[in-house]
Order: sequence, then C-alpha cells, then structure tokens
Amino acid sequence: MNSRGHNLVIRAEVIRSIRHFFELNGFLEIETPLRIPANAPEEHIDPAHAGRQYLQTSPEICMKRLLCRGHKKFFQISHCWRSNERGRRHLPEFTMLEWYRADSCYNQLMNDCGELLAHIAQDHHCLKGMPYQGQQIRPAAPAERITVREAFRRYSAREMDATLADGSFDECMVTEIEPGLPWDHPVFLTDYPVEHAALARVKQQDSTVAERFELYLGGLELANGFSELNDPVEQRARFMEANRRREARDMPPLPLPEPFLEELGSMPASAGIALGIDRLVMLFCDTTDIDSVVAFTPEEL
Amino acid sequence: MYTAADLKKGLKITLDGDPYIIIAFDFTKPGKGQALYRTKMRNMINGTILDRTYRSGETFEPASLEERQMEFLYKEGTHYTFMDQQTYEQVIMEEETVGDAKNFMLENLKVDVLLFGEKAIGVTLPNFVNLRVTQTEQWAKGDTSGNDSKPATVETGYVLRVPPFIEEGELITIDTRNGEYSTRVKG
Repeated sequence: MNSRGHNLVIRAEVIRSIRHFFELNGFLEIETPLRIPANAPEEHIDPAHAGRQYLQTSPEICMKRLLCRGHKKFFQISHCWRSNERGRRHLPEFTMLEWYRADSCYNQLMNDCGELLAHIAQDHHCLKGMPYQGQQIRPAAPAERITVREAFRRYSAREMDATLADGSFDECMVTEIEPGLPWDHPVFLTDYPVEHAALARVKQQDSTVAERFELYLGGLELANGFSELNDPVEQRARFMEANRRREARDMPPLPLPEPFLEELGSMPASAGIALGIDRLVMLFCDTTDIDSVVAFTPEEL
Repeated sequence: MYTAADLKKGLKITLDGDPYIIIAFDFTKPGKGQALYRTKMRNMINGTILDRTYRSGETFEPASLEERQMEFLYKEGTHYTFMDQQTYEQVIMEEETVGDAKNFMLENLKVDVLLFGEKAIGVTLPNFVNLRVTQTEQWAKGDTSGNDSKPATVETGYVLRVPPFIEEGELITIDTRNGEYSTRVKG
C-alpha cells in the first residue's frame, strides 16, 4: 500500500480514538443537518450554496441550539464546506470535530484538548513523542498557554493593538506569530481581540479581548474554541457587523440564523470548540500536505 | 482578470508591466481571519524572484504569452533576428535573452519563440540539433591514457566533450537540454 493509503489507516485509527475518548468522558455523539438555511455570518468565511440553502461551514448553529434545549455534553464529527479555501492545509470540504459543554467556559475546553491529545497519543503508542517533519513532537506534553497580546510581544516587533488599528493583524499572525510559536508541545493562543471573536464571550477582566483560544501543535493550527456568547442582542449586532464588513468588501451579505438567535437567550453559560480532524491526522501521518490524508481531493473528482 | 483565489503554481501574471510566473504558492488563513495568498514569482524576462503576499479580493492581469514557431534568420551584433514564416513578421531578441540557446542555433533553424505582447522574451530549441565539428584533436590510435572523451568545437563556436573517435568535419547530434554530445550522424 502506498503512503497515502497507509495514511487512511492512521486516519481511521485517530477517528476511532477520538470517539472512544468522548465516550469514556460521557459525551453524547450527535448528528445535525449538513444543509441549513443559514450559517453564522462571518466576514472571512464563504459558505457553499446548496440549492436555496447552504452547506454548513461548521455545525455550530445546530449544536448551540442543542445547548439551549438542555443537552450538557455532546460532540459531532461532520463534514464542513468553505468556498475558496484551498492550500496545503485547507480543503474546501473538510472534516470537523466539534464538542460542547454546558455550565462551562474555555478553560475546561483547553483541559479537554490536552486530555484528548494524550488519549490519541496513547492509542498511537507515542506518549513520549513522535517524529514530525524531522523533529520530535509530544502531543501528550503539558500545553503552554500564551495570550495573543503576549505572543505579539514575544514574536513580533509590533504591538497587537497597532496591527488591529492598521488591519495587519491577520498578516502578522501568519508571517510572524504562527512561525514563532513553539513546535514540539501543544500551545494555546488565548484571549483574542473582540473583533476577531464573532461568537465568543468577552473576558470579564479585560473587555478588549474575548475568551477564545486556538490550539497549535507542530506549527499547525488545530482547533478554535471559546466561551459562548449567549446574549441574543449582542450576537445579532455582531452578525450584522460581519455583514456590513462583507458588503464593504463587495461580498454578498449572508442570511441570519433566526431560530438560533431566538433560542440563544436560553443558552446556559457554555463553551464549544471546533477541531480540524484532517490537520490532526496530518501530524500523526508526519505530513504537511492535507491532500495526503484524505481519500479524494476536489481536483480528483 | 484573475483574482487572488485563482493564484496557483505555474500561473502567469503581469506585474508592473512584466510577465511573472508563480513558482511557489501557499494559501494561509489564520483562525477566522482573512485569507492570505503568499506567493513567490519569477520575472520571465530577467529571472528576478519576488515574494508577494496578496489578500482575497485582489485582482491581477494575466500575462498574455504566446509561443510561435519561427526561423532564426541571422545575428547582427548582439541582436538575433527571427521570422514567422507564415506572416513574415520579424522579431529581434537580445543576446542576453537568447542565453545558452545561441550555442546551438544556426541560421534557418526552426525554433519556438515566446512572445509577451510584441516582445520576444525567450526561445525554445528542438531537443536535438546537428552541428558540424570544426576543430578537435586527432585520436591517437593506441592511446592508453584512458580518456574516453576529448574537447571539440562545433560551427557555432560551442565547445563540448565528444568521444575520441569523432573527427573534424563530422556531423554530430547534440542534446540542447543539457548541451551534451548525443550521437554521430552517419553519412
């Protein structure tokens, strides 16, 4: 079997390991519709049309409605579609793991991430470490937490606020911060500026940042989690702001998920996270090319 | 018109009036942030390499490039003149642009000329050309020095290594891709 064929074996093992972890921890596996009338409008995410509806860019809208209905701990592994995203680490159709916890916040999710990585590493017989691109990485090692503001101090000559002011935050993130992050153990980049956290709760101690984090390992951005915003008025305002920004860039505005906004007021304090399964599998397959961990790329269809 | 989403390896675009070919490309998108297209491109005229990062929504002019079969007519100073035999249109290329191809071009050779608008910016030769040897040392029979090749000059002035049995006045085939001797042309 060629290496891509072998990667599919590893992929199946990783996914089995993920399911086992959530089962052990009392999470319910759920399924929600992939074709929906509205995603959460985001400035930089373009949904794929499916007739008069859309394919999900993330299962978040339906999963958050389950929080409103009283579900406490649940997860889903599903396909997501984001138009125009194609590169060595991006597929326009990819596989996402999302999990949610009611009565919780983003700190608990970071703990979950650490335990999930350790669980997969154990199943993969690499608790002590494994090779990735010629270096040793340790998925099961204790994770480091760095705030975004601190990361700018460490890895960039510029302050976070200055890059927000002149619109170069994303560019600086890609060219300076991400390449500077430690490689060999999990890193949580935490407390993103509020304007970069569309559905996250603002941090109580510092209203300029939100309780959002990203998980990195081996230079790969693996997951994005946050304490959920559950104020429907504020959430609607942020969606409309995202649409205003889209229109300013000649992008079509997107419909709002009205039933979600109607139910949001009944959501308990919760936290949710999305993890890219293809990226995680790339680590365990020791590859930097997302194409080599999927059975088919869009170009092969 | 291309947009940033069309960028990929091998795409040819016009930048500041020059044609560039994308030689490396990386799509990045931090978290929920803006898509960034990091590219490395080569100027197709002078070979300069550029690194550029583009954002989604930016647009590019395609480089209108055309390859046409032409005949090499003559060289005057550092100017090489080619002619399209269908239209009789002539183009002139600087010696610098012709590059190593000049080692293998005799008058009347049919080549492919790369045109950027009106401007000739490159030439592609047939993979093999036949050239006559104008100067080489006689092979001394019984030479035991063990050399299995010797230098030879061909009619363009180009010098290459050939097998010892090649003599002056013989026609040889040269592989233009690596400039090496290929075979002797019999007869």
